[in-house]
Amino acid sequence: MRRSRLSSRLLGRGLAYLVAVLIALWILIPIYLITVAAFSPPDVIYGWPKSLLPKTISLETLLFFINAQYVLPSLWNSVKVALLTLVISLAVGAPAGYALARHIFPGKDIYRIALLSTRAFPVVILSIPLAVTFIKWDLYDTLIAVALLHAAMALPTTILVTSSVFIGVSRELEEAAMIFGCNRVQAFIRVALPLALPGLAASAIFTFVLSWNEVFAATILTLQNRTLPARMFVQLAASPVPFRFAGGFFILVPALLFMFFIRRYLFSLWGITLK
Amino acid sequence: MAEIRIEGVRKTFGKVKAVWDVSLTVHDREFVVLLGPSGCGKTTLLRCIAGLEQVDQGRVFIGQRDVTDLAPKQRQIAMVFQNYAVFPHLTVFENIAFGLRMQRKPKDEIKKRVLSAAELLHIEDLLDRYPAQLSGGQRQRVAVARAIAVDALVLLMDEPLSNLDALLRLEMRAELKRLLREVQATTIYVTHDQVEAMSLGDRIAVMKDGQILQYDTPLNVYDKPANLFIGGFIGNPPMNFLEGRLQEEEGQIVVQVGNSQIRPSPEVQALLRRLEDRSVLVGIRAENIDTLHTPADDTLPAEVLVVEPLGSHNLITVQVGPERIKVNTDADFKARPGETLWLRFNADKIRWIDKASGQALDYKFARPS
Repeated sequence: MRRSRLSSRLLGRGLAYLVAVLIALWILIPIYLITVAAFSPPDVIYGWPKSLLPKTISLETLLFFINAQYVLPSLWNSVKVALLTLVISLAVGAPAGYALARHIFPGKDIYRIALLSTRAFPVVILSIPLAVTFIKWDLYDTLIAVALLHAAMALPTTILVTSSVFIGVSRELEEAAMIFGCNRVQAFIRVALPLALPGLAASAIFTFVLSWNEVFAATILTLQNRTLPARMFVQLAASPVPFRFAGGFFILVPALLFMFFIRRYLFSLWGITLK
Repeated sequence: MAEIRIEGVRKTFGKVKAVWDVSLTVHDREFVVLLGPSGCGKTTLLRCIAGLEQVDQGRVFIGQRDVTDLAPKQRQIAMVFQNYAVFPHLTVFENIAFGLRMQRKPKDEIKKRVLSAAELLHIEDLLDRYPAQLSGGQRQRVAVARAIAVDALVLLMDEPLSNLDALLRLEMRAELKRLLREVQATTIYVTHDQVEAMSLGDRIAVMKDGQILQYDTPLNVYDKPANLFIGGFIGNPPMNFLEGRLQEEEGQIVVQVGNSQIRPSPEVQALLRRLEDRSVLVGIRAENIDTLHTPADDTLPAEVLVVEPLGSHNLITVQVGPERIKVNTDADFKARPGETLWLRFNADKIRWIDKASGQALDYKFARPS
């Protein structure tokens, strides 16, 4: 009796591990392949059959890519837009989430539903009227225009995530802060905000990656000042294969780096020490 | 340190009258306990004094200053919360230093004050730790240290011991009393535990349904409760109440309890004469009843129902007429269920209650000052 229960538990465990490994592989294998290809010389990329382990490592492909006319500027544009989006959506979203968490006001529930409904509009359709509006406002083909749209896309989830994060911060803590010398704003900054940071970090990752990867709106709203995905989307069909691998690698890396950076911060706040 | 004065404070939440027309004065360096069952308004009153709730009516004075419209940080108070409210993202040192840092005190003064507060609470070894690494009792000490480090005019405590286990609570109660005596802070302490109230307070304000029913020293609240509710709420076991019928006998008033009579003193008779109703409640605590095995003067017969030997004394439940009361006896007093005992009430300790209103006959409700 005991043995079968133990073995069924091991089986369940084994199954869970198997599924986890499969999911990890599903994500990691393409990343690996792209990375390998990005670091291989062009003839290897064109060659067949392809080997799993790189035989030669060369920076030729990457250099070729970087030196292409527009790559570095548009990479830089992507970074700027993503950071701008981050700043806007947190600056607006965090206080909104706080208000939702701490206060009861008329129309609160309608507000929440309205927030979610903004995501119901497909970005591709929104982009065109937005482009027209931005042209009228003299904002067309600027990074701020793209950032504004990205922020609008990211805000609903940001607000809902931050509101649940702030609900998790006990009201008593802010009251204690107010007793010991803070006004409402200081209590927010010194107590509520630091404790909400892990949740804010999580929504920051989401916002950054959303902005970084966003292609359609960026393509429609810009002409000269394109972000990297927008550029590539437009140019990729006409590009050679090594180029595409290098481009994929370039789009991948910053998002990964950002996630790793924020992850440390998240963990240290949760008390998990990284070795 | 300073005196606290509350005048005619009212606070409602929607339809609920949490605090209604409450007036109270706490003298400088006094330790006052707000005692009452859940929902009586004691925590709301404390939060009104702290400034965490805005009063609907009335005024609050701390140290001669009208603080009614001031924010908590301007009232020069410190508070210990029920769930400690210790900041999880700061070290113990930074927690205790929080109030001092907000006051922009110089670094060495902060360090000195934090260390002395930590020493008083015996947590000087924990200063570098984070609250997540501490036990509940240690976190509570941090909360108290944070409150005394700031050297406020007034110390407010909202059931600080109720989240501790029983043994720790006992220890901390004594420590808290000793500590606060040393610090000499004017303190308002909220609790629902009457043992805590009795042991800690210089004076107890018993609250129910948003009002203060009695405001007096622990001994007076214990011996001379203002009404039926307080007599039953304070003390373990609660005060016994027996029904008595008034009868005229040769110009004297005697009180018939069950099949026996109590002959009250002339002063008491004067009080009893003023009752319109011919019935009264006789309140007497279990330890103020003498028990005898044989009848004697001024004794009532009672049948033993249950004997509980508690080690230091016996708690005996007896039947007097139609009512059951509890009596304390020596540990070696022998009694068996079914046996008849003879009870003598200590006349000085009898609390006479008007049955109709529930109020004690000789209690004149004075403005709590």
